[in-house]
Amino acid sequence: MVRITINGEKTQVPEGWTILQAAKKMNIPIPTLCCREMVSPYGACRICLVEIVDGEKLMISTSCNYPVHEAMLVNTDSSRVLKARQMMVEFLLFECPNSQELWDLAKEMGLEKPRFNTPRFKPVDKNCILCGLCVRACELVGVNAISFVNRGTHREVTTPFKMASDACVGCGGCAFICPIGAIKIEDKDDKRLLENWKTELRLNKCKACGSPFAPEIELRLLQEKLKNLAPEFLQLCSDCRRKNVSNKVKTLKTGPGRAYLALSSLSSPR
Amino acid sequence: MKKIKSPDELEELRRSILDSRDPSEVSVSICRGTGCTASGGETVTTALKDEIQKNGLKEKVQIRITGCHGFCEQGPLVVIQPQGIFYRQVKPEDAKEIVSETLMKGKVCEPLLYRDPVSKERVIQEDEVPFYKQQQRILLKNNGRIDPTNIEDYIALGGYGALVRVLSQMSPEEVIETMKQSGLRGRGGAGFPTGRKWEICRRARGDSKYVICNADEGDPGAFQDRSLLEGNPHSVLEGMLIGAYSIGAREGYIYVRTEYPLAVRNVEIAIRQLKEYGLSGEDILNSGWGFTITVNRGAGAFVCGEETGLLASIEGEVGEPRPRPPYPAERGLWGKPTNINNVKTWASVPVIINRGAKWYSGIGTEKSKGTMIFSLVGKINNTGLVEVPMGITLRELIYTIGGGIPGGKKFKAVQTGGPSGGCIPESLIDLAVDYEQLTRAGSIMGSGGMIVVDEDTCMIDVARYFLDFTMKESCGRCSSCRVGIQLMYQILSDIIEGRGEEGDIELLEEISQAVIDTSLCALGGTAPNPVLTTIRYFRDEYEAHIREIRCPAKACRHLIQYTIDEEKCNGCTRCLRLCPVEAVTGEKKKPHHILQERCTQCGACLEGCRFGAVIIKDRF
Repeated sequence: MVRITINGEKTQVPEGWTILQAAKKMNIPIPTLCCREMVSPYGACRICLVEIVDGEKLMISTSCNYPVHEAMLVNTDSSRVLKARQMMVEFLLFECPNSQELWDLAKEMGLEKPRFNTPRFKPVDKNCILCGLCVRACELVGVNAISFVNRGTHREVTTPFKMASDACVGCGGCAFICPIGAIKIEDKDDKRLLENWKTELRLNKCKACGSPFAPEIELRLLQEKLKNLAPEFLQLCSDCRRKNVSNKVKTLKTGPGRAYLALSSLSSPR
Repeated sequence: MKKIKSPDELEELRRSILDSRDPSEVSVSICRGTGCTASGGETVTTALKDEIQKNGLKEKVQIRITGCHGFCEQGPLVVIQPQGIFYRQVKPEDAKEIVSETLMKGKVCEPLLYRDPVSKERVIQEDEVPFYKQQQRILLKNNGRIDPTNIEDYIALGGYGALVRVLSQMSPEEVIETMKQSGLRGRGGAGFPTGRKWEICRRARGDSKYVICNADEGDPGAFQDRSLLEGNPHSVLEGMLIGAYSIGAREGYIYVRTEYPLAVRNVEIAIRQLKEYGLSGEDILNSGWGFTITVNRGAGAFVCGEETGLLASIEGEVGEPRPRPPYPAERGLWGKPTNINNVKTWASVPVIINRGAKWYSGIGTEKSKGTMIFSLVGKINNTGLVEVPMGITLRELIYTIGGGIPGGKKFKAVQTGGPSGGCIPESLIDLAVDYEQLTRAGSIMGSGGMIVVDEDTCMIDVARYFLDFTMKESCGRCSSCRVGIQLMYQILSDIIEGRGEEGDIELLEEISQAVIDTSLCALGGTAPNPVLTTIRYFRDEYEAHIREIRCPAKACRHLIQYTIDEEKCNGCTRCLRLCPVEAVTGEKKKPHHILQERCTQCGACLEGCRFGAVIIKDRF
């Protein structure tokens, strides 16, 4: 265990934890955009800034990827930190002026008038804060269909050569995890359209109701990765699966304990 | 070649090389560093070879193709030994005279000698040229004396003697202690004490460790690492061997950019020879310790010079910095303890072992020991590489060694440390250059680049130039660096183009501080330095641009206009013919005029006018 002090409050956390994890445990709020527990921290958005007291020096760093160490002193709410965080939101708003999520965050931070969203600064509207959550999620799914390309102001997330991806399974993990809702996924007729990745995938039809429900390639990946997955997951749409479960529960008719058994007979994806 | 198996065998080889060489033998050293090659070194080499052959001197005269001698401004350079006659700006047609006069009769070719611009006297010997005389060449000393592709040239001058000493007489701890006592600090720019760095890495737990030579020199105007690798690669390799032994590493990498083809070639040849002579591989010199070096070519991204970006690049990942901690000394290449040093740091190691920590620490200032190689470029007479003791003043560097500013212009400032550094104004010309003083002045030592600017240069334009560089070279991973630099660039552009607003200076300072505080790596952490130092020393220039829409250096195109002084113009029509946009009108022998609405302020008329009739005025 490591002893650390955040905002004057002392605590002990396991070695290897980050400052952000420690703060969370202590219920000390630190805003974040690009950090999710399921993927490793990347430190791209620079919103989770804190101040680390290092002898006489005050150092500012991101908290999501800074490991705690013995006798560490951290401030999360000094005026310097709050100001720096505000500036980071102003930076991100400059690149993504149409993100409601960012405007909300700005408001939360007491940022009334972002200075770089005026006609003087040539707007870029990237509609992406380049936090890389989608890239990391795609990695986690195991298909690596998207990644960062180019550097500096030309950096973006895209598929190889910006062409339709033959690796994307259309799982939608990227859209689900995007903190500013920038990734568009739409099911149209029997196709799933992933506008950002210029990719279209044909959807398999539900064996029960016949409506298109999931891309063939995604179902194959699921089958491969989750050996114990009940066949229903690969054949039925979510509506029909739900119906199935409730029917099973109904036929048992012997109390809630049985209902639990019925549910667990459908082995879960985990 | 038989492998050298013991210290004695190396000494034997050195003796036999020296015995086979006649010290009175005439040799022609031709500088074929990148600078001299670019200014025509190749044709000069061919011409000299032909001429020597023609005169039947092939057996008597040795031609030595060497690395950079440093005085690039005067290239191509040719030095005749043993007399040490120094010829500069040699052309292929001079070969005939060099051979017939100097080589055959021992006479000096007067016109090829360097002429001191002040005393107007001709200088015969290389060492007597003021540019060299004021220097203290420790690392660059052998650049002009050895053929970098021949390990025996290096061995003949005592090369690998330090390695022998370390392997046969010193424990790793003793080597580290020597490095600590020498006071050597990292020459990559940050100046971390080398001995301490090695000690941390030695103490770090790990079954395997690595040493890396950072040769990803990327600062505009810096070429010292390149010249060392091109001209004396074995000095760097010997340093790495000694470092690896002290740290306990068995593998090393040289990370060098592909844009340095000669450096890549020479260092690869050197590594091959090292293997052939048994100085790398298993059980080096019967010590039981083995070490191999691999060259890793970078694709030229500036950010790969940042050590964690460099590690990512070697691992085959995108060259993007990683958060620290963990530091490379604990978890570096492939998660193993890794020690990364700059080319100049490695090359300093054998010198320190050979001549002792005490001798080395006697050079320099209290906290910055030894010598530093600077590349003097920009508005300076003697462009080139200079090696001087730490603590030398800017005045000595720029005037005594650098020969002052061309065209009788006034010195205005010098940018040290490349895009990560800052500019130092004329008022600080007596500043003693070392790590501490440069940092205090708001700049950094960096890789040793020194870009001199004169009175005709606008400092805001200088700052914007460096931001343009860092903006394009930022990896873009963190928003602070990616967006912050871009915004500062836009503000500077506004100021330069006459759209500056009241409060811009303060806004620039605020963004700068935020970018410095919040960036992941040193690229972002230092990128605002050019802006902050120009504001600090040339605030009045910023204010003139913003408040008066005027560029005091008369350099910003949008804020000036070219006009013709009717009294001085004699109507020679030269400017009219030179103007690329037909903005000059007028008849022959009558004063000309410039049509302002057409003029693009390219300056061609000003450069071309022989009567000083074209003048620059403030536009507003």
